Amino acid sequence: MSVLVYAESENGKFKKIAHEAVSYAKGIADMMGTQVTAVTINAGDTSELGNYGASKVLEIANDGLSSFDAEGYADAVAHAAKNEGAEVVVLTSSADGKFMAPLVAVNLEAGYVPNVTELPSSTAPFKVKHSVYTNKAFSHTEINTATKVVGLAKNAYGVKENATSAASESFAPSINKGNVEVVSVDKATDKVTIADAEIVVSGGRGLKGPENWGLIEDLAQTLGAATACSKPVSDMGWRPHSEHVGQTGKPVASTLYIAIGISGAIQHLAGINSSKVKVVINNDPEAPFFKAADYGIVGDAFEVVPQLTEKLKAFKAQNA
Amino acid sequence: MKILVCISHVPDTTSKINFTDGDTKFDTNGVQFVINPNDEFGLTRAMWFKEKQGASVHVANVGGPETEPTLRKALAIGADEAIRVNTVATDGYSVAKQLANVVKEGGYDLVIGGRESIDYNGGMVPGMIAKLTGANFVNTCIGLEVDGSTATAVREIDGGKETLKTELPLVIGGQKGLVEESDLRIPNMRGIMQARSKPLHVKEPIDAAAETQTASFEKPAPKGAVKLVDNVDELVNLLHNEAKVI
Repeated sequence: MSVLVYAESENGKFKKIAHEAVSYAKGIADMMGTQVTAVTINAGDTSELGNYGASKVLEIANDGLSSFDAEGYADAVAHAAKNEGAEVVVLTSSADGKFMAPLVAVNLEAGYVPNVTELPSSTAPFKVKHSVYTNKAFSHTEINTATKVVGLAKNAYGVKENATSAASESFAPSINKGNVEVVSVDKATDKVTIADAEIVVSGGRGLKGPENWGLIEDLAQTLGAATACSKPVSDMGWRPHSEHVGQTGKPVASTLYIAIGISGAIQHLAGINSSKVKVVINNDPEAPFFKAADYGIVGDAFEVVPQLTEKLKAFKAQNA
Repeated sequence: MKILVCISHVPDTTSKINFTDGDTKFDTNGVQFVINPNDEFGLTRAMWFKEKQGASVHVANVGGPETEPTLRKALAIGADEAIRVNTVATDGYSVAKQLANVVKEGGYDLVIGGRESIDYNGGMVPGMIAKLTGANFVNTCIGLEVDGSTATAVREIDGGKETLKTELPLVIGGQKGLVEESDLRIPNMRGIMQARSKPLHVKEPIDAAAETQTASFEKPAPKGAVKLVDNVDELVNLLHNEAKVI
């Protein structure tokens, strides 16, 4: 018996969500009186996983898995789960995590609950809280199967240091690769992605046109933030679809979300509601977004945003 | 090409979310149900395959008789036949098992589901159908072309997109981008009239126990009022000292 966690890496480096997932797995393991085994695929040095509570690391090095392949990755994780006799398997809510999770679940004949926000309220029966109705409610759900798969929501549990010495060993199961081949990848490597960002700066129709996006980009750059946009902005082609956040776009669960010139339609709010702190800048005091915000400035974005960028630059210089 | 589009019957986006029976059941009182938005993008893409490549398009869902208007709407948009698996949809895994059975019996080449439903946000049904039927699977699919038995799919990834090549049979978890919002169709009167006479098969469920079950629901704690500030100095101060996010 153990808790298995898949620690996601990119180009040999663990993502922050991997640290968060290992921390969460450690929380469950403590409740169950067992230990955490992490499984990694083509990651570099795995010793850091011990800092978050992993006692054992199964390292898979496999050239056939050099680009993400949901079927192959899911098979690898399922092999590791069987190898460890894992009762709980922890995955993340990244695009890749959500892609492979249902395959892992069927492979292990395990019940699967995604978007989990807290430690289980009990482990027998195994009952977890997760967000449903696109962040408008939570469900407390019991998983009845012998093996359980949970997908941890981003930025919900947090990274918790828990120094454990992790023994690593190489693990080389025979992997059943899928028949889905990556032909090309189109990814901006110089920008913070919405998925990874701690801070997201988002612009709406109030910015009047794509030529004004320098305002958003300057502010984002000052904060080391990702840029995003509302649905009308992506529908009009001002910004690429990959920046659209909201119910039919990307979900955002950042620490800070700054919305500029976005009125706050219910579909938009649904997508960003799990962000911790929301700031709204809008010239319309009646904009519904103010009701969902923590802090707001009623004012013209073209005046307020450059001032905010300047102020933050000064603040960063002072606190550097 | 035989296409099955899986349709989830969900509360309209703007619905108020409330629960009854001691917070154990969703309160359907006054709620308008619609085709799940992610499924609607997929259905519209299926119409393109029907019109350009002569595909036949069936739609299916798992649910009681109350879900039939949603299936009729899909027929009015242009699907040829509908299948309703007559059981209450409880968890994603059992729904996937029911639909996998429909897929096996119908011999579909392409199964289109949505990235997630906007009610349970499970995001698991398409992937599970693929695994249960031995089909290839692409999630968060924002573009799809089929040429013979070869499919080219575009997948949204964190920070960009990737192009994938695979073979039929294929299952996708689709979303906006498969078609644009402006391509979505509102059923016209002719479509609605035709939909009345199109086949809607009611199929009895196979034995598939739920692997998970909802014990109770909870609504988020009400949010405190927004703090309005007059100037950026104060905002930066609050974000640093009070919210501690910068």
